[in-house]
Amino acid sequence: MSQQNETEQHTLIALVEDKPGVLNRVASMFRRRGFNIVSLAVGNSEQAGLSRMTFVVNGDDRTVSQVAKQLDKLIDVLEVADITEARIVARELAMIKVKTTSTNRGEIIQIVNLFRANIIDVGRESMVIEITGEGDKINALYDLLAPFGIIEMSRSGIVAMERGEAKGLTNGHGANSAKSNGTS
Amino acid sequence: MELTGAEIVCESLLKEGVDVVFGLPGGAVLPLYGALSTYPAIRHILVRHEQAAAMAADGFSRATGRVGVCLATSGPGATNLVTGIAAAQMDSVPMVAITGQVARPYIGTDAFQETDVTGVTLPITKHNILVMNVKDVAQAIHDAFYIARSGRPGPVLVDIPRDVLLGEKTEFIWPETDKLPGYRVPSDAPKAQVDAAAALINKSERPIIMAGHGVLISHAYGLMTEMAEKAQIPVITTLLGISSIASDHELNLGMSGMHGMAYANLAIDEADLIIGLGMRFDDRVTGRISAFAPNAKFVHVDIDASEIDKNIQTDAGVVGDLKAVLEQLLPKIDANVHIDWLRHIEELKAQHPSHIVRKSDELLPQFVLQRLTDVTQGRCIVVTGVGQHQMWAAQHCTFKEPNTFITSGGLGTMGFEVPAALGAQVGRPDTVVWSVCGDGGFQMTMCDIATAVESGADVKFAILNNTNLGMVHQLQDVFFEQDYMASEFSANPDFVKIAEAYGIRGIRVTKQEEVVDAVQQAMETAGPVIVDFMVKQDEIVFPFIPSGQSVKEMLEEPAHNETS
Repeated sequence: MSQQNETEQHTLIALVEDKPGVLNRVASMFRRRGFNIVSLAVGNSEQAGLSRMTFVVNGDDRTVSQVAKQLDKLIDVLEVADITEARIVARELAMIKVKTTSTNRGEIIQIVNLFRANIIDVGRESMVIEITGEGDKINALYDLLAPFGIIEMSRSGIVAMERGEAKGLTNGHGANSAKSNGTS
Repeated sequence: MELTGAEIVCESLLKEGVDVVFGLPGGAVLPLYGALSTYPAIRHILVRHEQAAAMAADGFSRATGRVGVCLATSGPGATNLVTGIAAAQMDSVPMVAITGQVARPYIGTDAFQETDVTGVTLPITKHNILVMNVKDVAQAIHDAFYIARSGRPGPVLVDIPRDVLLGEKTEFIWPETDKLPGYRVPSDAPKAQVDAAAALINKSERPIIMAGHGVLISHAYGLMTEMAEKAQIPVITTLLGISSIASDHELNLGMSGMHGMAYANLAIDEADLIIGLGMRFDDRVTGRISAFAPNAKFVHVDIDASEIDKNIQTDAGVVGDLKAVLEQLLPKIDANVHIDWLRHIEELKAQHPSHIVRKSDELLPQFVLQRLTDVTQGRCIVVTGVGQHQMWAAQHCTFKEPNTFITSGGLGTMGFEVPAALGAQVGRPDTVVWSVCGDGGFQMTMCDIATAVESGADVKFAILNNTNLGMVHQLQDVFFEQDYMASEFSANPDFVKIAEAYGIRGIRVTKQEEVVDAVQQAMETAGPVIVDFMVKQDEIVFPFIPSGQSVKEMLEEPAHNETS
């Protein structure tokens, strides 16, 4: 794969059949072709029997175009779109468990409020904080909490969709599909 | 009437027009064999190793254009298919592999002969299906055949647990349509893509068509030749594109690439337009990609969108079925002459005559292959494995009809030549099939000579016997300071006696003047024949562009300067 262009993060969305083994096929394709997944989130879509995947992928335009085509080639994948250039909303959820003491609890609560995050569990020496937002916001909160001591963190991976009435995916057979475009 | 899963498999095979399957039974798949015995319209050919079942199905498919079918049991039976399936995937060959699986309650328990074969074959199939309910069997077989043969063809594996084959019965209902919402097959290309390609072709002064396997798969050979003739564009074939245009066609420059014709590679170097048709700019074709066709723009037509811009950045990518695309393209191509370009290529050919076999007192493998298709007048099917014999066959055998050169290209599978030839002969019983073998590859799969004898497959085996792993030997010669580690055989069997042991005729050839006679005798003899050609041992395949290099580093046969 050519690396002459600039590497940047792309957000891809895909509609796939909700069947056993589909995630394995997708993951296997990424592994085998040496593509780099930054994050992957899977869940139900608005249609029964179809799941929606959101990928964040690192690469230049040509590599990411290959990713989209190789994904689309999988029989269980109905449609793929690269929505990086579109007007999108993207959100990720993270839970961060931080060490607390009676003296610093107040300071942590202040930081959490500043980020409009939530405290969803409080223990004697720990707190679980839930934050939703774009990756940068989560990273910023993480950096501020790090000095207190982070016990663990779990991130959901980004989910994304286009703003307004536009539909990133046309549910199968529409003009946005990489399947009908071929070349980019 | 309600049927078992096994009976539904057989009914489905009949619906798909299958009249022959290659396989070897075992515990988990036995219910299917139980049903097969009551379906005499489906001929079963019993192989000696499941690897041969997959490769025979592959050869059958390439010779006939139909979907080849192989059967195996769970566990080792299924894993023995793997190399053959991988070869079919690399070369876009339509194949359906049906494997038995352990009964559903045992799946995931590491039961006897349990292997996760859908997991194993996931990256080497176009698709695979584990059927967990007898009601899904017909749809699975239907979809497997549809996926295998449509679009860019490939192998599909259907894994069926024993208790799905032989448990609950259900009504056999043949599906009217596929149940594959994520699978679409391109046909025509978007007009804008075709127009862009036509504009580049009409503007070019030094164009070259590179014809790949897709030309054969899509039955586009007639249209391709028509386009080449109309615009007087020379045609270079990839290894798998050989036989897509007659060898003696005046515009056919033969194969290019690592061991391609020197003049073909030199022409590519000077071309201002490469028109890739149903091929994939694989590394054996391009060498170092940055130095490949440095003066050319690229038109690339393929049915698989992911091939466009994968290895080569194209200037006009066209996604569609090649035959449909050429129908769209042909009227837009201007008639042309390209006199200077064709004359220049003639000069290159005269200066670098790599198609000519040098004169020698020894039995040269190139000479054997040239004479072989002289005798058959290019009308036999030639099947090869991988290595020196394969490259020499690609260089020196001649072909008149499409689909008459069958070789393991992408995967480069030693031993392919024996079972694939068997499959090809079963598919085309009226055609002479020559299996061109290396002595190394032949020994990998010669157990299936028995299958050829048993099934009456009239395959003629030509072993180019240099008592070593020739291509490995050559690479060691050139790149590893003649360190022939593990590439020389000191105890090859007597292949004539091997033939006799199987009850067939064996002929040994040691001299040039015996070649034509041996080939004729083999073809006059009914049934399989093994001809053991004791060829010159340390012969090197020229031309030779070392891996990762360009035409600038091409090595040519030194002797050519003296004889031509």
